[in-house]
Amino acid sequence: MLTTPAMALRFEVLARHNRARASRLTLPHFEAQTPLFMPVGTQGTIKGLTNDQLEDLDCQIILGNTYHLALRPGADLLDSMGGLHKFMNWPRALLTDSGGFQMVSLLHLADITEEGVTFQSPVDGKPMLLTPEESIQIQNKIGADIIMALDDVVKTTTTGPRVEEAMHRTLRWIDRCIAAHSRPNEQNLFGIVQGGLDPRLRDICLKGLVARNLPGYAIGGLSGGEAKDAFWRVVAQCTAGLPEDKPRYVMGIGFPLDIVVCSALGADMYDCVYPTRTARFGSALVPEGVLKLKQAAMATDFRPLDSSCSCMVCKRYTRAYLHTLVTKEAMGSQLVSYHNVAYMMQLSRDLHNSILEGRFAEFVQSFLQKQFPEGDVPEWVCSAMEVAEIDISMCCAPQSRIAKMQV
Amino acid sequence: MEFAVRTWSAGARLGSLQLAAGLQVETPGLLLLTRKGLPAFIPPDLLQNLHPDARACQVTPLHFLESPNATTVAKAGGLHKLVSLTGFGMVAVARDSLMDESNGEGSSKMGASFETSSGRRVVGPAKYMEVVNAFKPDLWVSLPDEVPSWVAEKRNRLSVDRTLQWLDQCLSLQPAEYGNRCLGVVVGSTSLDERIRSAEQTATRNVAGFSLGGFGLGEDAAQRAVQMEAVLTKLPKEKVRHVSGIGLPEEILQAVGAGIDVFDSIYPFMLTKGGYAMTFPLNMENSQRSFDSEPTGEELARSGGDSAKINLRSVAYRLDNAPLVIGCKCYTCRKHTRAYINHLINTHEMLAQTLLEM
Repeated sequence: MLTTPAMALRFEVLARHNRARASRLTLPHFEAQTPLFMPVGTQGTIKGLTNDQLEDLDCQIILGNTYHLALRPGADLLDSMGGLHKFMNWPRALLTDSGGFQMVSLLHLADITEEGVTFQSPVDGKPMLLTPEESIQIQNKIGADIIMALDDVVKTTTTGPRVEEAMHRTLRWIDRCIAAHSRPNEQNLFGIVQGGLDPRLRDICLKGLVARNLPGYAIGGLSGGEAKDAFWRVVAQCTAGLPEDKPRYVMGIGFPLDIVVCSALGADMYDCVYPTRTARFGSALVPEGVLKLKQAAMATDFRPLDSSCSCMVCKRYTRAYLHTLVTKEAMGSQLVSYHNVAYMMQLSRDLHNSILEGRFAEFVQSFLQKQFPEGDVPEWVCSAMEVAEIDISMCCAPQSRIAKMQV
Repeated sequence: MEFAVRTWSAGARLGSLQLAAGLQVETPGLLLLTRKGLPAFIPPDLLQNLHPDARACQVTPLHFLESPNATTVAKAGGLHKLVSLTGFGMVAVARDSLMDESNGEGSSKMGASFETSSGRRVVGPAKYMEVVNAFKPDLWVSLPDEVPSWVAEKRNRLSVDRTLQWLDQCLSLQPAEYGNRCLGVVVGSTSLDERIRSAEQTATRNVAGFSLGGFGLGEDAAQRAVQMEAVLTKLPKEKVRHVSGIGLPEEILQAVGAGIDVFDSIYPFMLTKGGYAMTFPLNMENSQRSFDSEPTGEELARSGGDSAKINLRSVAYRLDNAPLVIGCKCYTCRKHTRAYINHLINTHEMLAQTLLEM
């Protein structure tokens, strides 16, 4: 067991509102502010956006996928180039995942054993094995500020003994990851809490990981089809069980509503392909929800995407023009991606600043009122906010409030 | 719009084109290729990284027949506003350089026939000017009846007549308060007599300048040079000259040498899509590159390149940390390496096209 953690980060909570925190996360390449959203640059680029644009948009940490990068351009190549930062010429922070999730979700015949993840190489079909050691070695070569442990992740819809097996294996693998990590003073290894939807299993995993005294922790295995009511409860349990003074990262979360709720419950970091992926299908993120630009009505709508957004796209273009570009021209993809990333980074800033300035509750209320103008805030959000001790009764329509009182 | 020639050297001229209030572009100059009004891959916030003279775009009304259409443009207050390029010059050109060139068939007295993304369309002067007027462009080329080099004499003569008729119709449809922004198209294909007739007749109209049309339609370089020469001697020297339908650097140089001021070219776009970067030296005498350290023609050929360009798909560039062109001051060369772009192309990432187009 490690007593003095090898850490390459500093995490300072600057302000709180009940469980929510606004913090400063100092990483080797960048000083970030949480809560924050991390756009996903799968293969060393965020679809169509340049680094300058990402900096203009205030992106602080970008995620790269180890599985994809190890395939192309390859871990050794990245190592010889001085790491992914130099290769991409990205001056701020990077985070890489372990590669395990992609393998299990992208590959046929992927199988998990005690040794690691066995799969068929997508290049030549040869059987291959990704062990915790190898995942860490690859991530050491890529050189990101934060690296993720290889975990045994199961779908949240899985039931039965497999869930428990995966959780225990995750704990055994974290020790192998720690042992294999060759750059603990430059890269932060985060452990991932597993355990499905079972509070008992989650608790065991939490205690096990916390005992390893890692620089930071992620809450994994969510956002895979589970009911929202189950989702928030797992997040709440995990944030309560993780140390106050370390960052907490909920993996695979990208819907603005989910991010607001998780932040209220005490989480700090999020990643998802959703904002950039949905842009390519012509959907823009706006305070009211999602704007589907392909709809015929958009052809004569001369308003900007979001009148409260100050991004380059909202300052210059109308829905009517963007309607003609989306899904037809590469430029359409680029412009909507730009706005969606801007939206997510603005959300990050709003979360951080509202907590810092003591107006988090007002921010949450205003956010919910814009997304649910009819007052039809989902039940799960109401339950979560109760636990987060944030009063959102003014956001919920009278009927639902009465219905709750009658229960 | 004002155009002035500043100096001459043999047939070539240096000039300046005063476009939208305050915008001055040095000529000879390239008009950036656009799709629905914006460059293919470079968004507006990155356009400022281009050469300061790269401030004019070529836009075709053919992209504005359906979505968007003339009404959309008009409602936005004109093309510059619609695409948010108020600091740029917009030149409307009939031909969509990226589509199949018209072969003259399908055109009739109703209009010229074009291949568009929504199928073949016949566009006459009225429809054309509806879009042009909605644009409020800095300059616009009149609607021509272009024919390829192999048509019969009779068809060629008809194309000259029709192009003149359509020029007159277009001019009559230009709002008076607009001022003079028309570039009259000179056609005539490979017949020198017809070329001269077209040039002389067009010169009698009240146009701001001329566009040499009917090129890139089957003629060879030598024929083209002769035709250009013949036409340009008949056109008033003080008016601006534009050409469509050429694209290779050599073709541009030849045209500029003959007296062309502005041109559009699909060459950058085609290279971008193919994953190529232009590498030919721009200035032979002052070139920073030592030709001894340049890859040989043979080495280039192995990686799919040649003396004018490199093929970034090639594994030869996987580990190459040099910029695309050493000494190049463009955005891409200052920020990224051949290895990174090679990776982007191989992983089919859109950023590759943005960086290459710049």
